[in-house]
This record gives sequence, C-alpha cells and structure tokens, in this order.
Amino acid sequence: MHIVTFTRSTPDTAAKVEVDGNGAVSWGDAATVVNPWDEYSLEEAIRQATNVKGDTTVIAVGGDLHNDSLKHSLAMGVKNAVRVNADGLDMTDSLQWASLAAAAVNNIDDCQLVIFGKEHVDVGSDQVTYQTARKLGWTMLSYVSEILELDAEGGTIKVEKTVEQGKQILTAKLPVVISVLKGINEPRYPSFIGIRKASKATIPEWTPADLGIELPASSITHDAYNNPPPRDITSEIIEGETIEEKAAQLVDKLLEEKVL
Amino acid sequence: MIDINPRAQQHSDIRQAIREICRAFDSTYWQSIEEKAGYPEKFVETLTQAGWLSVLIPETYGGGGASLTEASVILEEINRAGANSGACHAQMYIMGTLLRHGSDVQKQKYLPPIAAGNLRLQSFAVTEPTTGTDTTKTKTFAEKRGNRYIVNGQKVWISRVQHSDLMLLLARTTPIEQVTKKTEGLSVFLVDLRQNAGKGLTVRPIKNMVNHETNELFFDDFEIPADNLIGEEGKGFRYILDGMNAERILIAAECIGDGYWFIDKARHYATQRVVFDRPIGQNQGIQFPIARAYANIRAADLMRYEAAQLFEAHQPCGAEANMVKLLAADASWEAANVCLQTHGGYGFAVEYDVERKFRETRLYQVAPISTNLILSYIAEHVLGLPRSF
Ligand SMILES: Cc1cc2nc3c(=O)[nH]c(=O)nc-3n(C[C@H](O)[C@H](O)[C@H](O)COP(=O)(O)OP(=O)(O)OC[C@H]3O[C@@H](n4cnc5c(N)ncnc54)[C@H](O)[C@@H]3O)c2cc1C
Repeated sequence: MHIVTFTRSTPDTAAKVEVDGNGAVSWGDAATVVNPWDEYSLEEAIRQATNVKGDTTVIAVGGDLHNDSLKHSLAMGVKNAVRVNADGLDMTDSLQWASLAAAAVNNIDDCQLVIFGKEHVDVGSDQVTYQTARKLGWTMLSYVSEILELDAEGGTIKVEKTVEQGKQILTAKLPVVISVLKGINEPRYPSFIGIRKASKATIPEWTPADLGIELPASSITHDAYNNPPPRDITSEIIEGETIEEKAAQLVDKLLEEKVL
Repeated sequence: MIDINPRAQQHSDIRQAIREICRAFDSTYWQSIEEKAGYPEKFVETLTQAGWLSVLIPETYGGGGASLTEASVILEEINRAGANSGACHAQMYIMGTLLRHGSDVQKQKYLPPIAAGNLRLQSFAVTEPTTGTDTTKTKTFAEKRGNRYIVNGQKVWISRVQHSDLMLLLARTTPIEQVTKKTEGLSVFLVDLRQNAGKGLTVRPIKNMVNHETNELFFDDFEIPADNLIGEEGKGFRYILDGMNAERILIAAECIGDGYWFIDKARHYATQRVVFDRPIGQNQGIQFPIARAYANIRAADLMRYEAAQLFEAHQPCGAEANMVKLLAADASWEAANVCLQTHGGYGFAVEYDVERKFRETRLYQVAPISTNLILSYIAEHVLGLPRSF
C-alpha cells in the first residue's frame, strides 16, 4: 500500500506577516517552516507505512519555496517527495489546489490512504482536505485523533474521531482521505542520516500535462490586502502593597469598565 | 540582527536541526533537571533516537558517517542553545577506541546497536584517586586467569556510569616495574555494566559543582571475559592517546558554543538593561569586555576548523587539537565571566541560566584535560622545551 501525505512551507509562526508598501503580503526574511499541523500527518504516514510495510510519498502543491518542507519530510523518513506546480496557479484558490492534489494522488500506484494535517496555518483553512477527497471521490474522515487499525488486506481503516460531544469510532472502506489532529502522535525530529539523504535528493516537479489534466480557471481575483488597523491600547500596571489589595483594585477597574 | 557566528551559514542544515530539538528543551527544562539533580534523559533520548550521537560511526555499521567538523558543529549548537553536551557527548566519541582497535567480532557485536541508539557506551574509566593526571601510574590492575581478567582497584570522577550500558576501562595488566617504558603494560577493556551490578563493582556517586553524573568506582575481584580486551594486551595507553585529538576538538566546539551563548546573552542584556537613564551597554566599560571575549571566541573558532581539517586529512594535529582546547576553554570562561558581570546581581539568579552555564563552562579548564597539561604538551612537543615530568 502507498500512503500519501501533503505538506507546505509556511512562514514561521513567530514571523511578523504584514502587507508591504507594494500591497503584497510579506514576512520579510523570516524563515519558512513546515506547516506545523503537517508534522503530525508526516509522522502518522511514516508510522502507518512501517506497520503495513508500505511506501510513503509526500506532495507539496506550489512553487519551489515548498521544497524546504519536502526536504524536511524526507529527513524525517518519508520515502519519496514530489512537488506539483502549474503556470497560473493561485495558491489561495482551493479548487485549483485540490484539482492538482487529487491528480497527483491518482498518479501514484496503489495509494489507499491520504493523510492531511488538520489545517494550513498560513491561510487558516482546511477546505482543501475536503475538496481533495471530493475530487478523488473518496471517503473523508476529518479530525482523526487515533488510527486504531489500518487493515491493508481487508481494505479497511478504523479510526477514532474527535467530535464536539466526545469521541466517535468509525470503520471505513479504503481508499480514504483523513485529516489528523495534533496529539495523534509525537512527531520525530529529522535525523542526521535523513538530513544527509534529503540534501542530496532532487525533487521531481509534476505539471498538469504530466498528470493529464487541465488546471481549472481561477474564479478569484485579489483586489487588495490591508493591514489590520492599529489597535488603540493603553496599559496600566496596578500598584499595591499586597496581592489582595492589587486584586481588589483590579476587580474595581473591571467593574468600572463593565467587563465584569 | 544577523548571527554573531559568521559561520552559521555553513552546515546550516545540521545547525537548524539541532536548534529545533533544543527549542523543545528550553531554559525551564534545564532548570528543573538541576533542581532535581537529575539526568536529562528525555533530551539525550531525543538526540539518540534521531541519530545525532552516532554520527561518527561509519555508515557500514549503521552510523552517520559524519566528518569530525560536522560532529563538532552538533556539540557546538547544543551548547550554543543553552543546553549541555556534557550529559552525552562521550556517546559520540568513546566508541572511537572500539572502532579503531576492536576486533571485527567486537565491532560487529557492538557498533550497530550503538549506532541504532539501543546501546549506550558513554563511560570511560581512566582517572584514579592517587595518580590523577599521571595516567601511566594507573594502579587498577587486571590479572589474567584463564579466559577472564580479574580486576582490583579504584577509579574516580567516572562520568555517566549510571546512564551507560558499556564502559571502557583502562587498567594495568603488567606491573610498572616489569615494563621497559611506563606507557606499556596498560590495557583497555570493554565492561558490560548491565550484567555486573553487585558483582565486584561498586559505584558511588560524587556530588559536584555542576549537575554532572560522575562517580567513584571500586573494583573488588571484578571479572571481565578475556574476549572483552580491546586490541592487544599492554598497548592500551597508545589506544587512548589515539582518541584524544578528536575528543579535544569536539570539547573545544562545545566551549565555542558556550562562548557564543554567553556573548549573545550579555549583549542582549546590556542593550535592554537601563541604569543611569541609559542602556548599560552604552558604557564602554561594559562593551569592551564583551567585545574582547567575542574576539577570543572567534579566534578559537578558527583554530577549531583548522584542527578538524587536519584531523580529517589524516595529518598530524596534536598541536592544533590541544591548542584549540586551550583557547576555546579560556575564551568560554572569559565570556562566562563577562556575561555574569554584565548581568550584575541577576547573573546569580537561577532563572537567567547564566550561573548554570558559568559553572558548566568552568569544568572545561580541568576535564577532560587540565589547562596546565595542555601547556606542557605545547611547550615540550611543539616548542621543543625540556621535558618537565
Ligand atoms: C566533572 C568531572 C567529570 C570527569 N569525568 C571523567 C571521566 O568520565 N573519566 C575519567 O577518567 N576522568 C574523568 N574526570 C577526571 C578528570 O579528567 C581529571 O580530574 C583531570 O584529568 C585532572 O586530574 P586530577 O583531578 O587528578 O588532578 P591532578 O592530576 O591532581 O592535578 C591537580 C592540578 O595540578 C595540575 N598539575 C598536575 N601535574 C602538573 C604538572 N606536572 N605541572 C603543572 N601542573 C600540574 C593539574 O593541571 C591540576 O590543575 C572528570 C573530572 C570531573 C571534575
């Protein structure tokens, strides 16, 4: 069985992302990192593939900025990496993104399971996971907190999903697309040997033509990006002899401001 | 601001990976380990599982096959991040004696599990209470009886014994009176610590200034299978000397990592702390010692790359390896002192980590080799001055 997972390079969560003088979104020269949610899906793909003696491939959609996170994935122990890109791709157009993602999955032999991280931290969205499943025509299981059993021979997967009221245990027929939560595992760090292998790897790039599809036209236009208006904050440090005195003053202030 | 280490772009993949690991083991982690006088097990386990401590083992045995320079960058970055390589650095280099002088059978048996992170070889018992630095006077004696050696004697300051599965042991196998050269008649053994608790080996922990797991060892008719002799009997002193250049260069890199940490910490504090209505770093009395310490770290760092390159080219590097250990340990100690002074009273507060690193870096003046012994090596072997002892 072949397990496919996705990743992307996102600005470090500590980086200051803002709209620059030309109206473009920029994070200066801050480094990019692997989308933090993908650490869990990468780890889960490696573990599940080890259990079923299967193969793993990590895919990134987009430009060569994403090679860094692909290399990080290889250094963690994913076997193969590929980047899918297209002229005119708008990374914020989830339909375009999912069309390329699904075509890439279809281009990999014997893929039965696609694992996504919970969301993409830079765009704060997970809709591509559902759209990719829809494009593939596969079952979608989101917010998986544990894979209880992946039965390659029987062609099923049993998972625990976190729902608002508690846990749900489900069994589905393969192939499926899942998205996994933080806490499903403890992601490993890239190893020295992995880093060395990854640094020598050349990452193939697939185009829509290679995948036998045409990129759907984007239906989105980007009119403008704006920084949020500066917030008007004044801070005050409450002085007092004792903790009790300070707490009493704080409560008075909060009542005064109608916060309490 | 850009990195104060201009070589941060070299081996950047290694540096980034180590920094990423160390981020998960921050200041509070190290403070809590100190408070419990514990061993940083989770940190060491994480480095081990990702193969960072077996990089010097050749790939044929499942290791990383790294160069000494690469290995030194790993230890430098650990210390640079405020962590302490001293808890586990020996796992990286003690196996060198086994690799260079062990038999094929020994290497096949031990190196792959060490490389896989399943076996710890991070203790080396050399120092003794009565002989100290004068290693050839080693008194611990291993007497051959049939297919065993029976060991009697005492060792001191032997580190990580409680967190190691195997230990190398230097012992006399021929009494010093019966050898023509005092460096002969010493042998190295591989001791399996797992099966030997209570069988003639007593381990007594030593409380010390740094939170370092180190012990006194008492051997009382302790048995070692003859198969565990490394190389030839009587050649042990030469075997341990062989490993020393690598060790010196690696330890120097740790000092350099400490040095950059102290300088970073000092310049940051000097910029932030305002006294007499100005940042203290605006006073040249504060700036100059930091600048001088930085210059000395950079100089030591250059010597480290020089020594490592000679080592990798299989050129003689005893002088450079010793000098970089000296320069780096002096520079890190100077930086530590400057950093503490810059912090004023706060340098003594545990939460700033300065006092911990200050104590940790002080150790490098004494162990694994003391400064005077390096100076005497340079005087005698590099400058040809008369031998003093
Ligand atoms: C925390 C810690 C961990 C250690 N871990 C290990 C370990 O794992 N394995 C191990 O085998 N050892 C270990 N050691 C021991 C360490 O290597 C020795 O302490 C060191 O080599 C010095 O030996 P000594 O303490 O006996 O000092 P001594 O030999 O007694 O020397 C005392 C002082 O006199 C100086 N001196 C001695 N002779 C001369 C001379 N001829 N000329 C000028 N100066 C001289 C020395 O430089 C030193 O400053 C450790 C030590 C410490 C503190």
